[in-house]
Amino acid sequence: MYRLAKEHKEEKEAMRDVYCNALMQLAEKNPAVISVDADVMHSMGTLEFHKNYPSQAINCGIQEANAVGVCAGLSVTGFIPFFHTFSTFATRRVYDQVFLSCAYSGANVKIVGGDAGVTTAVNGGTHMPFEDMGIMRNIPGMTVIEPTDSTMLRSIVPQIANNYGNYYMRLCRRSTMKIYDDSSEFEIGKAAILKEGEDVTIFANGIMVHEALKAYVMLEKQKISARVVDMFTIKPVDADCIIESAKLTGAVVAVENHNIINGLGSAVAEVLSENYPVPLERVGVLDEFGEVGDQNYLMKRYGLTAEEICRKSIKAIERKK
Amino acid sequence: MKDYINTVTMERFAADIRIQTILMFAHAGYGHIGGAMSISDVLAVLYGGVMSIDPKNPSWEERDRFVLSKGHSGPSLYAALALKGYFPLEELKTLNRGGTRLPSHCDRLKTPGIDMTTGSLGQGVSAAMGIAMGVRMKGLECYTYLIVGDGELQEGQVWEGVQFAAHQKLDHLIAFVDDNKKQLDGMVEEICEPFDICDKFRSFGWNAQIVKGYDVKEIYQAITQAKKEVGKPSVIVLDTIKGKGCNFAEVVDFNHYMVISDEMAEESIKEIEKKLLKE
Repeated sequence: MYRLAKEHKEEKEAMRDVYCNALMQLAEKNPAVISVDADVMHSMGTLEFHKNYPSQAINCGIQEANAVGVCAGLSVTGFIPFFHTFSTFATRRVYDQVFLSCAYSGANVKIVGGDAGVTTAVNGGTHMPFEDMGIMRNIPGMTVIEPTDSTMLRSIVPQIANNYGNYYMRLCRRSTMKIYDDSSEFEIGKAAILKEGEDVTIFANGIMVHEALKAYVMLEKQKISARVVDMFTIKPVDADCIIESAKLTGAVVAVENHNIINGLGSAVAEVLSENYPVPLERVGVLDEFGEVGDQNYLMKRYGLTAEEICRKSIKAIERKK
Repeated sequence: MKDYINTVTMERFAADIRIQTILMFAHAGYGHIGGAMSISDVLAVLYGGVMSIDPKNPSWEERDRFVLSKGHSGPSLYAALALKGYFPLEELKTLNRGGTRLPSHCDRLKTPGIDMTTGSLGQGVSAAMGIAMGVRMKGLECYTYLIVGDGELQEGQVWEGVQFAAHQKLDHLIAFVDDNKKQLDGMVEEICEPFDICDKFRSFGWNAQIVKGYDVKEIYQAITQAKKEVGKPSVIVLDTIKGKGCNFAEVVDFNHYMVISDEMAEESIKEIEKKLLKE
């Protein structure tokens, strides 16, 4: 079960440190868990793992394609490799390796991308992935997740290790907003319903969950009641929750820190149009490349804001008429 | 591993791999004949005496592992596996048919005895490194064998893996380069020359040897030598000819993939048997 935290403020611990600690806890219990790096341990926060579990850590150097293949090879000998690097390098740079050596081969490789969309910030457009979730979603059998805060991340990492199969998890490396009470637990593939409402459903993930909660308050002031859902797994997406929400509210907004093509918005659209078509509006990056800037600037630049969610919510509701 | 081999038995096995592969292709009507022929001898040495395997238990934990990174030569490996008893010889006729366990490129989920899925060139190299790391981390003494094509050396991922293996001191990894001089579009040296393959591997920290790739005795001896190397991975460059041992394939320029009739198969099998008798 999950509960919202009393207050949503910036967390003390960075997501990368939470991730590394969760991984170390797994490694302590299970010698098959292996950390595989490609020269960004300092950035990804996995240095502590390397120090504490040297026999379970491999730093391949700057060779992502080989690192993914090594993971596939390790996994077919019974290990559970976690490969982590910046999202761009963990996905589009190694797409064929992930596709063939991991997914098609029936391997058991866990891929973690460290830079969710605009959280890449000052690394800029070359490093800013707005396509990573989409391209990974296209690989058969791949589970695609974006945990929302540290509590969810802690709950999710052991599930990824314990379920056989290939996973892509997208993180932001720095601290994020606290969304959930520390006692919360989550199940991969099961959406978390955060607010009940009647007029519109807002599906969000990652850093956009906090914006969706802000939009909820703003809409409430305009007498609009929004259902807010954290859709942290975009594949397999929680179709039951999408259909139920569409039936309850009759209008939907999907919100993501990602290109609106082939991410959360597309996943929601697919379920709606095949099962229960209702007006859908999407908030996300409108098929553009990333650019350099701090996170706040970029969120405004790409329209990843509570204001934009409100605007699209009202538009979706109007389309019901 | 013994210090010597019965070359007659090994040559017979290589001939049988060629024959079964040609029959398989003729049955299908086409196939990647060139590269399948040029690795028949090394497969005969590996599966005919070098590798520690149990065809009745393909996933035996302590077995030696094998990765055919040039996955399009899968059919000659299927022939070797069938001849060893991993599955019935009759099944070779199902190559590339809908629902078969024998697809054109190697698939670990489909074929008993296939340790890794390959087909996108370069990727088998990294997977073999991961397998070699994995079995070592498990404390197993087994070897991991890998075959890479000479054209495949053009893939950058190969050299990532080669550098990684040396750094990790994977001395229970033995790679073979099928230096058959041709790739799909023509001669390797005309398309993108590999230069001195042994020198390249040596400069990456590997033990490197070059042998006649169709001489089972030389291949066997090179493996024996490679196993003596401590702290370094080994490569054995197989100086061979694309289409080697198959009369109709060996003589044409473009033999990567050919249409093959029953008559062509029959003729080439007769030649193989005749040559074996002479030797």
